[in-house]
Amino acid sequence: MTLVNEPVDKNSNRKKYCRFKKSGIQYIDYKNPDYLLKLVNEQGRILPRRITGTSLKFQRKVAQAVKRCRHLALMPYVADGLK
Amino acid sequence: MELKNYETVFILTPVLSEQQTKDAVEKFKQLLVDSGAKIVHEDAWGLRKLAYPIQNKHTGFYQIFEFLGDPQFIAKLELEYKRDERVIRFLTTALDKHAVLYNEKKRKGLVGRKPEKIEA
Repeated sequence: MTLVNEPVDKNSNRKKYCRFKKSGIQYIDYKNPDYLLKLVNEQGRILPRRITGTSLKFQRKVAQAVKRCRHLALMPYVADGLK
Repeated sequence: MELKNYETVFILTPVLSEQQTKDAVEKFKQLLVDSGAKIVHEDAWGLRKLAYPIQNKHTGFYQIFEFLGDPQFIAKLELEYKRDERVIRFLTTALDKHAVLYNEKKRKGLVGRKPEKIEA
């Protein structure tokens, strides 16, 4: 008999993966704000790797793309209720 | 002279008339051609809403050029952007091999076909 309790939320047990590696995406387009919206939170901040599971290589690319997108006013720097 | 792949996006003020907008786009296109750049693709998104106001404007005219150009020319192009009052925002990026491939695929409409796996 184990002393560790069963986790309440089974979903939290699922292994995270890098979506870019998994689907073979090589380039993240900064001109596509609809896609980049998945990688930011409601305030428009870039989601950390510990939440999205993105690998470091692609997290750098994500950050670069989001910043370029913001510069071109395709995405807000600060927002409230983006989603 | 080594040519590199670049992509340049600029936003023009919405106060220009249609003809003035066309003139401005033509001017920058001419600048590219004169420098010996090879234009791979050009795209006009047209008037679009900005995510935040720039110079108190809420819309802007987006124009994109993808070209093969001399790295020395980029500084000249950006200087011209800064001097031109009609341009409210610009961005020039060097494209790596994945980006070139992606843009080619995008033009053929191969990107983002499957809704679950939007390649972006």
